[in-house]
Amino acid sequence: MSTQFEIRGLKSQIEGKEILKGIDLKIQGGEIHAIMGPNGTGKSTLASALMGHPKYEVTEGEVTLNGEDVLEMGVDERARAGLFLGMQYPSEITGVTNADFLRSAINARRGEGNEISLIKFVRQMEGKMKELEMNPEFMHRYLNEGFSGGEKKRNEILQMMMLDPKIVVLDEIDSGLDIDALKIVAAGVNAMRSPERGFLIITHYQRLLNYVKPDFVHVMMQGRIVKSGGPELAERLEAEGYDWVKEELGIVDETVGQA
Amino acid sequence: MSTPTTSFGREAAAALARSKNEPAWLVAWREEAGELASKLDLPKPEKMPIQRWTLDQYGTHRPGNAVTAAAELPAAINELLLAEEQGALIVQHNSSVVFTRLSEDLKAKGVVLTSLEEAARTHEKLVRDHLMTAFAKDEHKLAAVHAALWNGGVFLYVPRNVDIEFPIQALMFADDAEATFMPHILIVADTNSRVSFVEQAATLIEGESATLLHNSAVEVFAKAGAHVRYAAVHHMDDVVIDVSYRRATLENDARVEWIVGELHDGNTLTDTKSILKGNGSTSDTKIISIGTGSQRMSLTTQAVHFGKSSESDMVTRAVMKEEATAIINGITKIEHGATKANGQQTEKVLMLSPKARGDANPILLIDEDDVKAGHAASVGQVNEEQLYYLMSRGISRGEAERLIIHGFLDPVVSEIPLAGLREQLHRILERKLG
Repeated sequence: MSTQFEIRGLKSQIEGKEILKGIDLKIQGGEIHAIMGPNGTGKSTLASALMGHPKYEVTEGEVTLNGEDVLEMGVDERARAGLFLGMQYPSEITGVTNADFLRSAINARRGEGNEISLIKFVRQMEGKMKELEMNPEFMHRYLNEGFSGGEKKRNEILQMMMLDPKIVVLDEIDSGLDIDALKIVAAGVNAMRSPERGFLIITHYQRLLNYVKPDFVHVMMQGRIVKSGGPELAERLEAEGYDWVKEELGIVDETVGQA
Repeated sequence: MSTPTTSFGREAAAALARSKNEPAWLVAWREEAGELASKLDLPKPEKMPIQRWTLDQYGTHRPGNAVTAAAELPAAINELLLAEEQGALIVQHNSSVVFTRLSEDLKAKGVVLTSLEEAARTHEKLVRDHLMTAFAKDEHKLAAVHAALWNGGVFLYVPRNVDIEFPIQALMFADDAEATFMPHILIVADTNSRVSFVEQAATLIEGESATLLHNSAVEVFAKAGAHVRYAAVHHMDDVVIDVSYRRATLENDARVEWIVGELHDGNTLTDTKSILKGNGSTSDTKIISIGTGSQRMSLTTQAVHFGKSSESDMVTRAVMKEEATAIINGITKIEHGATKANGQQTEKVLMLSPKARGDANPILLIDEDDVKAGHAASVGQVNEEQLYYLMSRGISRGEAERLIIHGFLDPVVSEIPLAGLREQLHRILERKLG
């Protein structure tokens, strides 16, 4: 069965402030969706709410992955069900090496008694790191500790490749990347395109979409998707900015939940 | 039950020494210590009311059972031995040393490894010149009691230029709650010598209600250019009070490394101090600790700089579970004249329960301008963002916590240069962290 991911009427708040005001989105396996929008419009909140960040409370709506209720699941269960979030600001964790962390994550999926052999794991990790042009040293470094912004983003893509998720959400994976790193990250994403896998790419630049061609582009403002289209929408946003969208929809302040 | 020896003093100390047939100089020395013990006050560690601990049960002299091979030791003790079979070994059981093994090769090089009681007869001058000169018997009541009653013990002498390849192991264990269990370990590392020493303190007295006082001391004398690595792992039962004072005195260009696992299950008072007398001397102190149940721990690290260009680094990392409390003190003192000295320290406490308590007190005392000194301290709980991140990759909450907690200790554990000890620590950490 091809992957089906559905968000219906999703509302979410942080510290009592409503940020998502009803999001509807359907992603099928093989599709790449991009969510664009200026800062402060709720894009990252959508990513965090989908993954189940403890600070974001979902107040209404439904999210299903192949018919299963995602919102009922804990963060780890969502991940094991096939959801992956490439984070904008990945945590640094002292004392836990990148390799130990990834092996724990893989084994959490495989379950007890079915753990991946160390040699197979190392070979896989080395191979993917090479594709992403990562220094092999990063395997045994503490997770994200002392990594540059670009190295952290590559490390997120590495995790995506190793964990083989069904739905990939990338939250501003392109921010802080120079053009070479951007190309490598994009190549990593393209290598993962498959009919079994759907992508939701959150960005406020068109830049990444030059290398990863989206099938659908959505514009987010005031905690809602206010406009949807094809790749041509991203190109127009890049050329003309967001003002025309605001004018067209009569929006003065596009942000949501700002003090 | 052991007899509370409130009347303990000059006569009792001398009588015990005579009954053990100790040399005259030591009997007189014990007498003096006994006198001090009856007069001095307990030490006053920061924020730790140790006067509530039962520190006045000194036990009685109970020699252990001599063995002719390590295999004859109780299985639970024998399995603590690190795999380095080639190394020298000394074992104390209750109040006496019961086994010593030193290769003919090391004996031929002039290395001495005996009980301290034996050395007081055979190596009187070396012992008298050093014993309780770094940890003075008039420092406080616990020091005086230790001086009056220390038993068994270890004397290690490493001659000039001798480099001992395999770590020397000392196993100090008690299985009699009424025994006096007060080892003193004295190490004299002569000019340009090198040695690693691994001490473990363990007990087999689970379930008894008695309190056993392990009032121990370590003194390391690193002569010019000597390198001494001293590792201690204490994991005694919760009815035992662990009092351990550790002191190192460093001469020119000497180096001392302390690696300590404060993994004891009962109340703990330890103080690990390097006195950097010599120019260019360096000291590195790494301490990890796990507190469980309702235990109270006072863990102090100290570095005192006299020598020019002397350097010290002290790191303590403690995980507190349940209702455990740890007061972690770091004291870096740089004396006037110790130019270009560099003293650094870090104390970190991770608390795993709302009832656990941790306190980190870094103190810098600097009497010289041309120096470097720094400290960092933190007390906190498992970071929710880190948990979320690990869980977002499919790792369960329990496993994520385990990774973070072990990770918290790893920067210290992974740097331990003795593989056998590292594994031993991992085993104890697994047990204590559950």
